[in-house]
Order: sequence, then structure tokens, then C-alpha cells
Amino acid sequence: MAGLIDVAQGLDVETLRKDFPLLAQEVNGHPITYLDSAASSQRPRQVLDAMREYDETTHANVHRGVYGIAEEATHRFEAARVAVGRFIGAPNPSREILFSKNATEGLNLVANTWGRTHLHPGDSILLTEMEHHANIVPWQMLAEERELSIRWIPIDDDGALILDDLERLVDGVKLVGITCMSNVLGTLNPIGDIARVAHAAGAVVVADGAQSVPHLPTDVSTLGCDFLAFSAHKMLGPTGIGVLWGRDELLTPLPPFLGGGEMILDVRKEGFTPNDLPWRFEAGTPPITEAIGLGAAVEYLQAIGMESIRAHEIALTTYAMNTLAERFGDDIRIFGPKDPIQRGGVLSFAYRDIHPHDVSQILDQYGVCVRAGHHCAKPLMRRLGVNATARASFALYNNESDVDTLANALAETGAFFG
Amino acid sequence: MAGLEDLYREIILDHYRSPRNRGELPSPPAQRVEGFNPLCGDEIVVTLEVNDETVSDIKIGGTGCSISQSSASLMSAAVKGKPVTEVRDLIRTFKGMMSIHESTLPGKDSQDEADIEAREAQLLDVDSLGELAALQGVVKFPVRIKCATLSWNTLAQGLDEAEAESEAGSAGA
Repeated sequence: MAGLIDVAQGLDVETLRKDFPLLAQEVNGHPITYLDSAASSQRPRQVLDAMREYDETTHANVHRGVYGIAEEATHRFEAARVAVGRFIGAPNPSREILFSKNATEGLNLVANTWGRTHLHPGDSILLTEMEHHANIVPWQMLAEERELSIRWIPIDDDGALILDDLERLVDGVKLVGITCMSNVLGTLNPIGDIARVAHAAGAVVVADGAQSVPHLPTDVSTLGCDFLAFSAHKMLGPTGIGVLWGRDELLTPLPPFLGGGEMILDVRKEGFTPNDLPWRFEAGTPPITEAIGLGAAVEYLQAIGMESIRAHEIALTTYAMNTLAERFGDDIRIFGPKDPIQRGGVLSFAYRDIHPHDVSQILDQYGVCVRAGHHCAKPLMRRLGVNATARASFALYNNESDVDTLANALAETGAFFG
Repeated sequence: MAGLEDLYREIILDHYRSPRNRGELPSPPAQRVEGFNPLCGDEIVVTLEVNDETVSDIKIGGTGCSISQSSASLMSAAVKGKPVTEVRDLIRTFKGMMSIHESTLPGKDSQDEADIEAREAQLLDVDSLGELAALQGVVKFPVRIKCATLSWNTLAQGLDEAEAESEAGSAGA
């Protein structure tokens, strides 16, 4: 870890912040303190400029026209695909990176193609108690249709998966769905360890990388999962585009997801011949400008370095956990692992008995943006015994001053409710 | 900018800290209805007894934020002992107060606000709401409107179910 701390000192957050126009805004008369990057991150000028420049100079539909800008648009769209693939270490980026609408759609794609091909009545799926609804509901929908049963890996009181029983749980399971990092607890799950056990039992592993890919170095060639879904808008990119990575040998035999243009090689009155990877899974005109934006986001993240970003977020999470504990003691309960190394920069908390909605409402008066609610993880909320939590989450542009502002605004919240 | 004092009026905080008619009536005979706010995970349980076309008793259970809890508490106090027809009018008036700004937000300025208030006066008899008028400020915080209306929608559902059951009962008798 010593190496990481050295890198952290190299991350010049004050200069980075100038790249993000939104961070210069004021909210309710206060400079904005944006602590909701786990919901959606802000975009640097480099991303916004790349999208605008493409729209103003090069936009045309991709994979269709033979004229100059259409060819250039196709080239840049496919270059973005390769850039994203390299960013996550995909062995074969030009085939294995599928553009989707978001991580949710990527997971639905797996359920609807791999799931419908391989899962039959009586089969079992294994999920974890800390999954986002995006990695629960598609499986529940399929389970209802296909008469599948769903098992759950439980969590302990510190928000870590209980894996003692994993071999028994995974026995007879065809698919394991697991988040790399909890969007509520911040817990980083040992995907590699779980995948080894799952693979030994003959199961395929679908990982939700929506929270991890934006904040940690990711290498799918060693991660262990077979599919990985994530969203651009949580990693400094635009909304409307996400990514599903899948192993070439698993994707190749799969049927299409949605039908339409682009996903076919040939259509006759009698039927159609699906296209090759990756376009078989990209029916219709794709989000081209957004792909350009995602490519620029990946370039921005790589220029800073994911190791540096991770080190910065560990340092900031440590500072935040210490500050909140020092200032509020038993009045604040932070959910999830106590060791910042074991978690991402996501702090869900309960403050006294003040409802998260009310906490968030008062914080907003001080320009502090945190999420309040169930975070699309209701099974986890039930496990934690709460209806909702307030959640502050960090990105590379957050600093200790943001944490101090949060703490000051929380103190005001406590005073308001007396 | 709408201030916090618009949202957290003293009477609201009072009902939040000391909720009225808290608990659950034995069901049956009481009608029991659950309401959910999918946005925040809040849950409310309304149990009510309807006798002789009157809401003779009501209790509020579940958990939620200050706005949903105080709205439910204020509602319970306002409808207990009232004839069902009056309660339905009150639900309509309250929901009217909660929706009147929705279509015009955001982008309001003082001119618009004056217009809205004028329209509101025409459409609503806010005075008839009594203490419930304290919740009027919630409309300036559109995200919170669902918090304020949760218990009311749940109550309306309870009245519908009670009515359906009594019709079914008299049809069978």
C-alpha cells in the first residue's frame, strides 16, 4: 500500500477540479459540494468537448454511409470501443465490447440471451444480498418465466459476503450474479475467489462493475468473471451508453438480444441471419456521440491513472470515516467495512434517528449533494434493518474540504432537528 | 429560493416528534392498507374503521421521513370521526393543494407565483384544511410531494376497499 500513498500525493485534485465545469456552480448560495458520484459522476471539459467536436464536424450514422464523414464517424465509434476494451483489459476488444444503454441493459442482455439459452426449469441462480436491483430483477423475471430458483450469498454485519458456505451454495448453480463493489456499502467483493469456486461447479459468473470500473483498476483477463457490465455516466462519461464485456467464446454462440437494423447480416421473408460480434447485440443506430464521450472519459481516466485514483479515494474515505466518527461519535452509523482498503469511496450512513430524506434536504441548503433512499437495493436495506440511508460518494475530483463541508452541514442538520 | 421554513413548519415538526393516532387497529374488523413510496422505501400502514358511513377510528403505522409522518399524523387527526363523504372531499382538497404547483414547476418566478396563488385561491378552499395547510410549503419542494401524499393515497385506497367490502356484504345479505 505504501506505493499507492506515494501515487496519491501525485494526484493534483485542485487542478483536476478545474476540468469539471459543474463543480464551479453554486447551490442555494453555496459552492456545490457534489458527493453523489456513485449515482452519476460529473463530466470534464475533455469529454464535453470531444462530444461537441464530433457533433459539429463528423456526425453521420455508423456502418452505413460510404461518404467521408460517415466513414470517419464509424472509425471513431469503433475506436472508442477498442479504447474501452483496452481500459478493462479485454483480450479481444473489437468483438467482446458490446455497447448497451447502461449497466442495467447489459445485465438484461445476459439474462435474455445467455439465460434463455442455458437456463431451464429447475435450474438455480446464485446472487448476493448486496446486489443492486439491476442484478436481481432481470433474474427474477427470468426465474418466473423459466421456473428457476434463486439462492443468496448472505452478508455479515460489517457488510462483507459470508463465503464459508460458498461451495455448498454454488453446488448445482448455473449462474452466479455478483457486484464487484456494493453501491450502498462500498464493499469490494473477491470476484476472483468466488469465480474459481463457481467455475469449478460449472457456473458462469456475471459481474456488475457499475461502481468498481469507474474507481479501480480493472483487468477482465485476470478478474475471473465471464461477463462484466458497467455504465459510462458513472465514469465521467455521458448518460445513455453502457458496456457489456463478455468472453468471446460465450458471446459467439448466443442469439441476438433486440432485433432490427445493424444486428443482421441478411434478412429474407423467411427469416434473418444475425450479424457477427459485437454488432449482433447492437440493434438500431447506437449512441454514437455518447460512445465518443465514453472514449474521451476513458482517455481522461487513463491519463490520471486508475491506481492514483484508487489511492486518492482510499485516502479520502479514510479521512471521511475518521472525521465523521470524531465529530459525531455514536450519533452516526456508517454501514459497510470499517477498513477503507476493503471498500470503495461510498459512505452510507444513518445520522441519529433523522430520516435520510430530511438529512439530504438540510444538506442541500448548504450546497451538499448526497443521495437519500434505498439505492435500488431493497433486499440489502431489509438485511440492514433500515428503509433508507443517506449516502455520500466520492470521485477523483472530491477533496478533504468537501468532507469538512459535509460534516459542518450535518452538524447544522442535527441542530435543526434539535 | 424556497426556504427550509416553508417546508419544516413548526406544526409539521410537532406532529413528526409527537405523532397522533400512532399504531394499528386490530384487523379485522379494521381495514388495513399499506402504502409504499418507491422513491425512498418509506412504508405506511393505515388501519381504519368505517361505521355508519363514518371513519370512526384510524391509526397510522410504518416509518418515514418527517414530511410523510407528519402528514399522516395531521391526516389522522383531521379525518377521525368525520363522515366518509367529508373525508373524501378533504382528500381531494389536500391532493389538489399538493398538485397545483406540480405542472408549473420548475422555472417559477414571483410573477408566476402570484398567478399560481390566484389560481389556487379560486380552485381550493385552503382555509377548510385547517392545520393541514401547514403542508402547503411542500409543493415548493417537488421531490417531497410524494412524501406528503403517501398517507392520503393509502387512506383513499382503504376507503375504497371498505366500501367495496360493505357493498359485497350487503349484496350477499
